[in-house]
Amino acid sequence: MADQQKPDEKKYWLDDQNNVKKIIWALYIVCGLSVIADFFYHKHVHYAAEDWIPGMYGWYGFIGCVFLVLSAKVLRKILMRDEDYYDEADDD
Amino acid sequence: MIEFPPGLLLIIGACFVPLLPHVVRNAYMLALPVIGFWGLLILPEGIHFAFDIFGYTLSPVRVDGLSLIFGYIFHIAAAISIIFAFHMKDTVQQMAGLVYAGAAIGGAFAGDLITLFIYWEATAIASVFLIWSSRTEAAYRTGMRYLVIQVGSGVLLLAGAILQYKATGSLDFSKMGLTGPGPVLIFIAFGIKAAFPLLHNWLQDAYPEATVTGTVFLSAFTTKLAIYALARGFPGTEMLIWIGATMTAFPIFYAVIENDLRRVLAYSLNNQLGFMVVGVGIGTELALNGTAAHAFSHILYKALLFMSMGAVLYRTGTIKGSELGGLYKSMPYTTGFCIVGAASISAFPLFSGFISKSLIITAAATEGHWIVWLILLFASAGVFHHSGIKIPYFAFFQHDSGKRPKEAPSNMLFAMGIAAFLCIAVGIYPAPLYAILPFQVNFVPYTTTHVVTQLQLLLFSALAFTILMKTGLYPPELKSTNLDFDWTYRRMLPKLLKTIGKVFVPADQFVRTVFLNRVEKFIASVFRHHGPEGLLARTWPTGSTVLWVAVLLALYMVFYFI
Repeated sequence: MADQQKPDEKKYWLDDQNNVKKIIWALYIVCGLSVIADFFYHKHVHYAAEDWIPGMYGWYGFIGCVFLVLSAKVLRKILMRDEDYYDEADDD
Repeated sequence: MIEFPPGLLLIIGACFVPLLPHVVRNAYMLALPVIGFWGLLILPEGIHFAFDIFGYTLSPVRVDGLSLIFGYIFHIAAAISIIFAFHMKDTVQQMAGLVYAGAAIGGAFAGDLITLFIYWEATAIASVFLIWSSRTEAAYRTGMRYLVIQVGSGVLLLAGAILQYKATGSLDFSKMGLTGPGPVLIFIAFGIKAAFPLLHNWLQDAYPEATVTGTVFLSAFTTKLAIYALARGFPGTEMLIWIGATMTAFPIFYAVIENDLRRVLAYSLNNQLGFMVVGVGIGTELALNGTAAHAFSHILYKALLFMSMGAVLYRTGTIKGSELGGLYKSMPYTTGFCIVGAASISAFPLFSGFISKSLIITAAATEGHWIVWLILLFASAGVFHHSGIKIPYFAFFQHDSGKRPKEAPSNMLFAMGIAAFLCIAVGIYPAPLYAILPFQVNFVPYTTTHVVTQLQLLLFSALAFTILMKTGLYPPELKSTNLDFDWTYRRMLPKLLKTIGKVFVPADQFVRTVFLNRVEKFIASVFRHHGPEGLLARTWPTGSTVLWVAVLLALYMVFYFI
């Protein structure tokens, strides 16, 4: 990140890797808190599955996103072409 | 008070744009949607300006709750888009934008199918100039494809309207359901503009090719007019629930691997339309309210996101994730506005998406569509993943690209500021939006359950992004084209035609050669017998002629006596 930093340029808060780590830790903590929050209120649910384990929505979102990204990577193997793929096709 | 048909003011007003000097042009253009909005406020509900022509009754203006909410937001979107384009001096784009917005507004108030058709085609023809105005070869070709598909949708609509008139004797545009060939054609026409799966590629093709300011216009009108039309004509059509659910899920896979950030937004636009289509399909009051509310907030945050990406494109000349990064250092305001848009589309509490999308998701749950409900939740997490995180992250943060562009022009910042303000205002205080929904609302978005579960969903999606990034599993932004369904008509069909040509041409040539050979042989044989040297063309000596005459006479006598 710092390699392209111009020497005379202002140093930004995010340029410091420690601050980036702080943000990531903050995210871990907030995620944990959101799960713990499930113990402190009565959840109004439409389906019983919504309340199987604390943080049900969180786990669903996490697994959903990992599935999304990993399957998109597989899709890329099948679908990705050169940037000018259609230009070439037009010139045939 | 003078009443005038909504939308027509913008269309007629556009004609005077070229006559005005640039100094007053911006103020004039902004005045049109402002006056138009005021016109809506004084327009009473009901049918207006109805007239008979050739025995058909047309009702060009029908005002009710559903048309009004789309009318309001279309005016707001027009005003914001115009402000965003204040710096631009291209008369063609200025006129096209006004006519396009006016046609979409007119379409939302059309009381009969013919009026709808006219506005429907007007949106197509006006908007293509926003694409062509990029003045590149790629934009020209994209524009042609866009025009063919959009006008084709209009032709289907007209054909459907004619069949519907034959079947029912009425041209009224009201709830019809899939009850015959007419409504089916109209349904497909709406489906094209609403970017149903497999009919969707014009959207991802065209929006990223349009001009910086043109895309902001485009993002607001065409697809939302189609959503309005579906909500008007086909509420409660079961099939729409599944079409919509598919729309929410499959574009997000493309959004993850797409490099052009405006195209990422086009895919996520497609996904947001899916939520609205599900709402139409469920068709209860809660669900239709959800569709209308979500269209309203969606237009604002989508315009905001396209504006922020437009500003980046305007300043850096590129919008590819692989070439951007670190722009927050020199474009802090644009970054901030982009994050507001990202939080709104992700439906963070206190932002507009939260109070509108939940109506649809709750409707899906209460009606017992649990598979659809699961898909919608997955899509919500996915939206946050690619629009909420990916867009701001790859444009403004990630690795430093070394680019230090100037902050966006002040008019762009002002337009983004208005949109961002509205996104937050609607999110914090949804009551005014709920008050203009088509049906009475008894929905409380801010319950403990809803806030906590939504935060869990989003925070853990962010967690997934972080972990995938840290472990290097996240696919990097690469210069690429990803094949989508448009491959069939951009590559497969042309190839197929060429292949057919390759087989057909030699076969055709073979048949022709054989035939020509025959003809030549025939001519040669005629020539041989009748040509200068031919047996039958030879000059005969008199003696042989006398001989032949004698033979003929002899034969004659023989036959005579028999």
